[in-house]
Amino acid sequence: MELFVFVCAAAMVLAGALGVVLRSNPVHAALSLVLTLFGIAVMFVSQQAEFLAAVQVVVYAGAIVVLFLFVIMLLGVDRAENLKTEPLGIQRPLAIVLSLGFVALLVATILQGRDSLNMRGDGLSTAANGDHDANIRQIARSIFSDYVVAFEVTSVLLIVAVVGTVVLARKRKSDKDITGVSA
Amino acid sequence: MLATIAPTSTWYLILGAVLFGIGMVGVLVRRNPLIMFMSIELMLNAVNLTFVALSTQLTDINGQTAVFFVLVVAAAEVVVGLGIIVAIMRRRSEVSVDDLSALKG
Repeated sequence: MELFVFVCAAAMVLAGALGVVLRSNPVHAALSLVLTLFGIAVMFVSQQAEFLAAVQVVVYAGAIVVLFLFVIMLLGVDRAENLKTEPLGIQRPLAIVLSLGFVALLVATILQGRDSLNMRGDGLSTAANGDHDANIRQIARSIFSDYVVAFEVTSVLLIVAVVGTVVLARKRKSDKDITGVSA
Repeated sequence: MLATIAPTSTWYLILGAVLFGIGMVGVLVRRNPLIMFMSIELMLNAVNLTFVALSTQLTDINGQTAVFFVLVVAAAEVVVGLGIIVAIMRRRSEVSVDDLSALKG
């Protein structure tokens, strides 16, 4: 059963990821991204990280992808772009070879070090033993005790991001084309 | 036979590595800044998957806390990045990062 869930979720994740990279229409790419994010959420659930699975769906699929779609529609780039032309001939093969090499390196490291992954933490409380909100309580205890300063800094980051975006995206009267030619 | 095989954390780590590689190809190959952003999201998700897999394997909640912070920072990053893209692309019809090679004011 666990194997079945893993295989299905992995298929979702990989199909979505390939869709993001290969689809020529940005809207299709954004929808493929949703598939990947749901696959990741399924994997979080199967690893007893229920809180993160919920946050993943709400924040990523609910907020970030919708923001992407808004920007795609706002800019009017919801048409297929031509992927056949490539200004730098060497770039594509080079990028693929580089990435394959990097993945091979990562996989080799994972296989090399898998025996050193022993339990050494304080233990996870999971919902398996009848305590249904054990995971969320444990994360809350961690965030609001050990990482409370980081949590506060996060709120500052969010405020700065919101204000910065408003300033960036505002239409100014003295807007000039960056090429110097007025649009 | 198949039912007895349970996926170990190594499987999740390898899937995370492959997902990171796909995202890397996306960032390096695609010219549309929106698609590049989505590829960065793929890479962030690969890292999140790795964090959770190791958190489960090592029975340590700190990995899941780190994922929480990664989610928040990713949200902020997307908001600012898309703001910049909107600010730039409003004035030009072509959507390609190659058009932005000259960073003149």
